[in-house]
Amino acid sequence: MDELQFIGINSIPIVALMSTFMGAVISLQTASNMDSPLLPAYTVGYITQSSIILEFSPTIISLILAGKVGSNIASEIGTMRITEQIDALEIMGVNSINHLMLPKILASILYFPVLIVFSMFLGMFGGFLALVISDLQTTETYILGLRSWFDPYNIFYALTKTVAFGFIIVSISSFYGYYVKGGSLDVGKASTKAVVVSSVVILIANFIITKLMLL
Amino acid sequence: MISVRNINKTFGKQQVLYDVGADFQSGRVNLIIGQSGQGKSVLAKCMVGLHEVDSGQILFDGRDFTSMEKSDRAEIRQEIGMLFQGSALFDSMTVEENVKFPLSMFTKMTKKEMQDRVDFCLERVNLQGRNALYPSECSGGMQKRVGIARAIAMNPKYLFCDEPNSGLDPKTAIVIDSLIKDITYEYGITTIVITHDMNSVMEIGDHVIFIHQGKKWWEGDRHSIITTDNPEIEAFVFASEFMKKIRSSLKERIK
Repeated sequence: MDELQFIGINSIPIVALMSTFMGAVISLQTASNMDSPLLPAYTVGYITQSSIILEFSPTIISLILAGKVGSNIASEIGTMRITEQIDALEIMGVNSINHLMLPKILASILYFPVLIVFSMFLGMFGGFLALVISDLQTTETYILGLRSWFDPYNIFYALTKTVAFGFIIVSISSFYGYYVKGGSLDVGKASTKAVVVSSVVILIANFIITKLMLL
Repeated sequence: MISVRNINKTFGKQQVLYDVGADFQSGRVNLIIGQSGQGKSVLAKCMVGLHEVDSGQILFDGRDFTSMEKSDRAEIRQEIGMLFQGSALFDSMTVEENVKFPLSMFTKMTKKEMQDRVDFCLERVNLQGRNALYPSECSGGMQKRVGIARAIAMNPKYLFCDEPNSGLDPKTAIVIDSLIKDITYEYGITTIVITHDMNSVMEIGDHVIFIHQGKKWWEGDRHSIITTDNPEIEAFVFASEFMKKIRSSLKERIK
């Protein structure tokens, strides 16, 4: 439960903020580029929906979580290492890798998809707010766009990516934290390294999963 | 009893321990002393399995720890309590949760039994009523005492203390020394203390081994350490002019 709180619930504010503004900007940018009379108005809603479900929520939010959750995990475990707390676990006969990493991996696999679904809803809601407040579209047109060509498989694809990204973030960050050597300066370096490596691996994994699942 | 036989340990190309051997009797406070960087902490970490030895044996009451499978080692580790130099308390847990942690991991005690055991251990180190504090809210001396309470929670047969007095004022250091001594005698534990605090040596050193340049250089007790003519011991124990004066007056008294 502590891990769920730490990894999931504490990330809700940043995810909510990012998703709402991201959705709003996507819809405004799409609307500003849709000046051809041949394209129906509801295309804006469709593009917003597709962009958010396929890419922005699962990938961009995961990259943000790599920064927030990943650095937290690496510094927490790294501090435990340099203050001999991990040695204390080992001497008690506790399998420290299992004890420290497994709950975090489970929490991320369980809770990241929830956060991403939440982000999808808020992203689309942000797009709606931006378009309606700017008086660029009616509610009906936007919702028609959101519902057009909706493919439930896209949700499955997005959540599969999310689970993979959650595992990547937690395992890489835990690794860098667990094997840190030295003092507090090295914990900071390990934390930065964990975020950079997690982000790069997420981008590579995103490409591979997309190639496997969408093409 | 813990027996160490011909322990060798290298890190890369640097050999840290050379054929170290010693017996540490139960019910006595065994001290490993020596200057910084001479290998005493490495020896202790080899003994508890945090470092693998290159060769040699470590026997816990005749059970060869070095040749054991990991799963069998866990059994012995549950008989070991360790007090770390920096206490190594879990930051995210309260004092009570820290002491309760090994009990909840390895015993089938009921909640009531666990609570009673925690209260007993905290009372034993004079920390009754401090259950809800976090380590960050405790002083250095209190943290050491919580560390001792956690170390004795499982009724250990072997207690390791890595520089228990570092960073403590002399009065608190005496309290910690007394606690270690009392617990050792009371429960018949095999206690091994790594220290370079000469007050500790004189207060609690039933059996002392001196590690120098990775070798066991000298072995004795707190009385014989004063009278020995070993030059390295003299240089270590009586480093200051003040200590040299004390030594000469003590020698005269013994004569």
